[in-house]
Amino acid sequence: MKLTLKIWRQPTADAPGKFETHNVTDANPEMTILELLDRLNNTLVSQGAEPVAFESDCREGICGTCGITVNGRPHGPAPNTTTCQQHVRGFKDGATLHLEPFRSAAYPVVKDLIVDRSALDRVIEAGGFVSVDAGTAPDADTVQIPHDVGETALNFAACIGCGACVAACPNGSGNLYTGAKLAHLSLLPYGQQERERRAHSMGAQADAEFGHCTLFGECARVCPAEIPITAVAALNHERLRGWAKRYWMPDDAKRTKPAHHGHEAE
Amino acid sequence: MTDLLLDDVRVVGSLVDGGVPDGDPATAWERRKASYRLVSQLNRRKFTVIVVGCGLAGAGCAAALGELGYNVECFTYHDTPRRAHGIAAQGGINSPRAKKVDNDSILRFVKDTVEGGDFRSREADCFRLGQESTRVIDHMNAIGAPFAREYGGQLATRSFGGVQVSRTYYTRGQTGQQLEIAAAQALWRQIAKDTVRLHTRHEMLDLIVTDGVVRGIVARDLVTGEIRPYTAHAVVLATGGYANVYGKSTNAMNSNATAAFRAHRRGAYFASPCFIQFHPTTLPISSPWQSKRMLMSESLRNDARIWVPKKNGDDRAPNDIPENERDYFLERRYPAFGNLVPRDVASRANALEIHDGHGVGPLHNGVYLDLRDAIARLGVGVIEERYGNLLHMYQEMTGDDPIQVPMRIGPGAHFSMGGLWTDFDAMSNLAGLFVGGEASWAYHGANRLGANSLLSACVDGWFTLPVTVPNYLESLLGTEPLALDDPAVTTTVNQVRAGVAQLLAIGGSRPADQFHNQLGDLLYDQCGVNRRGEELADAIDRIQKLRKEFNDDLRVTGTGAELNQELEKAGRVSDFVDLAELMCIDALDREESCGGHFRLEHQTPDGEAQRDDTRWCFVSVWERPGTPGPYIRHDEPLTFTAVPLEQRNYKTR
Repeated sequence: MKLTLKIWRQPTADAPGKFETHNVTDANPEMTILELLDRLNNTLVSQGAEPVAFESDCREGICGTCGITVNGRPHGPAPNTTTCQQHVRGFKDGATLHLEPFRSAAYPVVKDLIVDRSALDRVIEAGGFVSVDAGTAPDADTVQIPHDVGETALNFAACIGCGACVAACPNGSGNLYTGAKLAHLSLLPYGQQERERRAHSMGAQADAEFGHCTLFGECARVCPAEIPITAVAALNHERLRGWAKRYWMPDDAKRTKPAHHGHEAE
Repeated sequence: MTDLLLDDVRVVGSLVDGGVPDGDPATAWERRKASYRLVSQLNRRKFTVIVVGCGLAGAGCAAALGELGYNVECFTYHDTPRRAHGIAAQGGINSPRAKKVDNDSILRFVKDTVEGGDFRSREADCFRLGQESTRVIDHMNAIGAPFAREYGGQLATRSFGGVQVSRTYYTRGQTGQQLEIAAAQALWRQIAKDTVRLHTRHEMLDLIVTDGVVRGIVARDLVTGEIRPYTAHAVVLATGGYANVYGKSTNAMNSNATAAFRAHRRGAYFASPCFIQFHPTTLPISSPWQSKRMLMSESLRNDARIWVPKKNGDDRAPNDIPENERDYFLERRYPAFGNLVPRDVASRANALEIHDGHGVGPLHNGVYLDLRDAIARLGVGVIEERYGNLLHMYQEMTGDDPIQVPMRIGPGAHFSMGGLWTDFDAMSNLAGLFVGGEASWAYHGANRLGANSLLSACVDGWFTLPVTVPNYLESLLGTEPLALDDPAVTTTVNQVRAGVAQLLAIGGSRPADQFHNQLGDLLYDQCGVNRRGEELADAIDRIQKLRKEFNDDLRVTGTGAELNQELEKAGRVSDFVDLAELMCIDALDREESCGGHFRLEHQTPDGEAQRDDTRWCFVSVWERPGTPGPYIRHDEPLTFTAVPLEQRNYKTR
């Protein structure tokens, strides 16, 4: 197969970028888009040219490292599929592929197709955890969790942290990502004590990092983990629930620890 | 063939002591823990510990030490701690919690693990693994891993290879991912408290050692290229395994041996390097540009049957081959365990069928993994509920629907049982260097049982290192980490900078990936599932030639002062080449078959691994010579009291 690749090249975060055109004449339908880039880079390095920088790791669709924009779509044309699982067979012979980094104000470009997605981590750091120290947990069988509740929690916990949801959103919203974590943790019996605090601090951090949600639903269309769009509702529910509780809870429970990066309370 | 002799490449050294307390191995860990020195709460913040890697072992260790009040500096080459390759473990995590009445127990777990490893691991290590596993499940459950539950609300379990009870806890087909996310969250909790400082996109390139004591590391900022030292009271390496030495393996693209191997270059012993696990159910290679060996979960062997056509080179479509012309060779050869024999046994059987001309697929390099009978018995719905995501993944990769057509699978490099040598306290021979998870040699002997890798990483991270590291730190109370301008530090930094400059200066014509693929093909051929002395000697010769070619003809584009993935790869491939040589020396040296190390010269009349316990019942612990010359093999003798030495047998029980 012959393919024309128009690839975004940007040497550093501050440098201006531009599209560069490369023709691959021996693409094979079995290849993934990333294997196509491997192929191109092999030629570029052999010629002494600078290879295209892009990230990937497990190449099994589970680690969340890869992620480029293919013809305007985060991850590529196949819905709910990571870039590493997008195959060349999905394109016509002679097609042109525009390969760009994930496009979002929340993700500064590091180099070429690599972006900085640390905004996602700052949301977790703000409270996306359960405060139980090693060795102090009770017997996991003493706290029973109904089968369906466990499975639903897993549906939300399945997020691979690739960040495509934010890149797909016209508003650059991180509500699917943040809501998935809140839904996951709020469904499980542990960490209920910090549920309101978590909703408040993670919500505030997400507001600081990302845009607001107006329910376009683009996020769920690209999400490789198929996080249900109801995660967005879970975020609003958890925040409202936490906000309502603050009116009658004792002072102790109301107190919210400011997020590490110092964002003000709502 | 080469005229290389074993004595040219290795000399025999002395005995090493694993430091296991005398007496009953079942109580060794309890007694050892009771003897450890403690650091009082107020003194803990005076100590700094470097943890390299934040997968299951590293994140667990860093978070637990942070919770205890130590200062932790944590390093990862990833952009975020959640990406470590534990995420790809699908099937589950073992724990002999023995709640059911299938007669499981810690002793039975130890028996399965020691026997599964073909008696080349420490019994006492395996007891620790079983004993701490209960707390691992409790803890990971509490910090967010949504383990599968029965309809009554209790934890659900399933079975894995080499085991006749049901002790594998799981979260659908993504157990590793969920444990990793839970551990990363616990790490972020400590980062928010500032007990742990995280250095993402930083790669460790060297270890700072003075007089046999580890004082810190040198790391490169992968974005700016800056190379600088970090010093501490102790260093923990939790940097994963080295199966990627085979070029194409089930490991992630970035998984590498550099941190561990550079510690080895600085004097840390490397144990059992040739003990590699080939996973029997990976997708066969179908094109030269296939970037890895994709893994299909072992759990599929609960329901799918493995077979090949009886007739050599039978190219009919699998569904056109009638029942009586199929050979279900695992069920035929191993009636007691059938398709659930351990991975080394299954891989070898697969490789043998392929070698004998029964291989299927366009390149005749696979065997069938067939769900047909299970679908007939249970219905498509049940099979889809059990394995839906795996079947979907297979279809995405190959274009074939496994509900309609049998899957094609074959053995691929997967896990390294060998690794940096550690004593019972998880400390290497270098004082202050601790090793956890797959980077260490511990627990798995010559073959790892399925669902024991997540367990060993979690046990090391959460419940071993947090007590053994403080035992070492206590003796350092009142001391400071080495100053950054200390000559030992600046010398090491300068050596790292020179090494990077050297890679950039070669100016040859071939990218690092080409050398990596060449190395991998060579190892699959000559140090793979089946090994033979003369081929191993030849492999050593060829690897030494490859080393010269690499030094002469490598091309690294760009500079050291920027994000440069070619430079990263070049450094890793360089270490892989030397590690491959050591693996082949170890494989040539070990004149027996055990677990994943199968020497064709040493097999039983019916083709099983033939151990030689009179000569080889020890761990090979390799020391790299300071100046060019043969490697030195030290021996750690192994004794077995709880699980008596015997020939493994998966045919009858």
